Amino acid sequence: MAPKNSKTVIIDYGSGNLRSAAKAFEHASVEDVSVTNDPAALQDASHIVLPGVGAYADCKAGLGSVPGMIEALAEQVIDQKKPFLGICVGMQLMATLGREHGETDGFNWIEGEVVEIEPADATLKIPHMGWNALEFEAGTHPVLQGFEPGAHAYFVHSYHFAAANDDQVLASVDYGGPVTAMVGRDNMIGTQFHPEKSQQFGLAFIENFLKWNGEPL
Amino acid sequence: MLKTRIIPCLDVDKGRVVKGVNFVDLIDAGDPVEQAKVYDAAGADELTFLDITASHEDRDTIFEVVAETAEHCFMPVTVGGGVRTVDDIRKLLLAGADKVSINSAAIKNPEFVQEAALKFGSQCIVVAIDAKRKSDQFEIFTHGGRQETGIEAIGWAERMADYGAGEILLTSMDKDGTKSGFDIELTRAIADAVPIPVIASGGVGTLDHMVEGVTEGHASAVLAASIFHFGTYSIQETKAYMQAAGVPVRLE
Repeated sequence: MAPKNSKTVIIDYGSGNLRSAAKAFEHASVEDVSVTNDPAALQDASHIVLPGVGAYADCKAGLGSVPGMIEALAEQVIDQKKPFLGICVGMQLMATLGREHGETDGFNWIEGEVVEIEPADATLKIPHMGWNALEFEAGTHPVLQGFEPGAHAYFVHSYHFAAANDDQVLASVDYGGPVTAMVGRDNMIGTQFHPEKSQQFGLAFIENFLKWNGEPL
Repeated sequence: MLKTRIIPCLDVDKGRVVKGVNFVDLIDAGDPVEQAKVYDAAGADELTFLDITASHEDRDTIFEVVAETAEHCFMPVTVGGGVRTVDDIRKLLLAGADKVSINSAAIKNPEFVQEAALKFGSQCIVVAIDAKRKSDQFEIFTHGGRQETGIEAIGWAERMADYGAGEILLTSMDKDGTKSGFDIELTRAIADAVPIPVIASGGVGTLDHMVEGVTEGHASAVLAASIFHFGTYSIQETKAYMQAAGVPVRLE
């Protein structure tokens, strides 16, 4: 269980279903989990989660339509250095640029572009959908503690994060070549996979995130 | 690498499981949420609810089932049956479904699939295709295989993929309920024709059938109801068998 005094805020900006994400965090946390579209709520948060399903441009527009939200995120994550988790398109928004349905600026927190997955094997299906085995170096990040490389997580996406710096790719999967599964630096991480849909692994991952104080190892 | 998904399907009528698993330790074997928990704990890769509730006034029962399942199960859940409008989709997603499966509504109005994919994203739009052999081709049927549409199945699948479907749930109406295996020719023809994943369904009676759906039918996932419902095979047995037969599955 995550420590007391954690106050998780899941940002609601009209992107898909947040109920299951909220349930997974409630399951892993003894403390407060709130789903909100109020930028002010980020001030009291100990941990911030940005989910996202659908298309990049739509998600960015949805987030932009909540007055003050993008600014509040930057303040709390960049200035206040609160532990941040982006999930799926929420992770992709951390990039410099998204190339799904035209070009859309991301937050530019982690340098890179979100590009179409192009498996070397043309028979591989897009979207990349289902359970894939994570490849990562054990012991490199607090949130991955307790997991062995090869642990499975649930993915569903057609675009992925092509990061400019390899050391900011914390995990990848093989799908006709490497596909980015997790990025991060400092107090922020992002997962292409859905921890809230990844059964035992996912719940343990969320618990790790909620225990994390935002410091690297 | 990506693993082949094993997907149990639960038929739900007015909020109750039809043909449920005979797990003796379940307090209420007709409760879909209890069944979902069993499959979740067993490591099912996804779960599908097929809502077969006929009467309109009882249709809201599925929302409660989905919402309750989302409280306890942290796995992807698809809901099919009676998905006809954007509002139906929105309500199911808000209740906690991850994907919805569209069948008759796509045949009535193919552009509905386009609209749904644009609004909610391809990742949550599954198009269900019920196909049957007719002379030298496969045709789409509705109403449990009783009503023909005259639509050729492979071209239809390609069109649905073009319209933004993220996945196809393919059921052979010739094979459904026969326990004689998937229609491999149909499965492979569609799986090879579309760029999106295809879930094979209809006809599973043995674990070899599950393997064949992938190795010969080229399906990305296999869905079965009765072999799991009646306890013929467990999810774990199925996965262990498939792995041994060379189909990579998630075992942990």
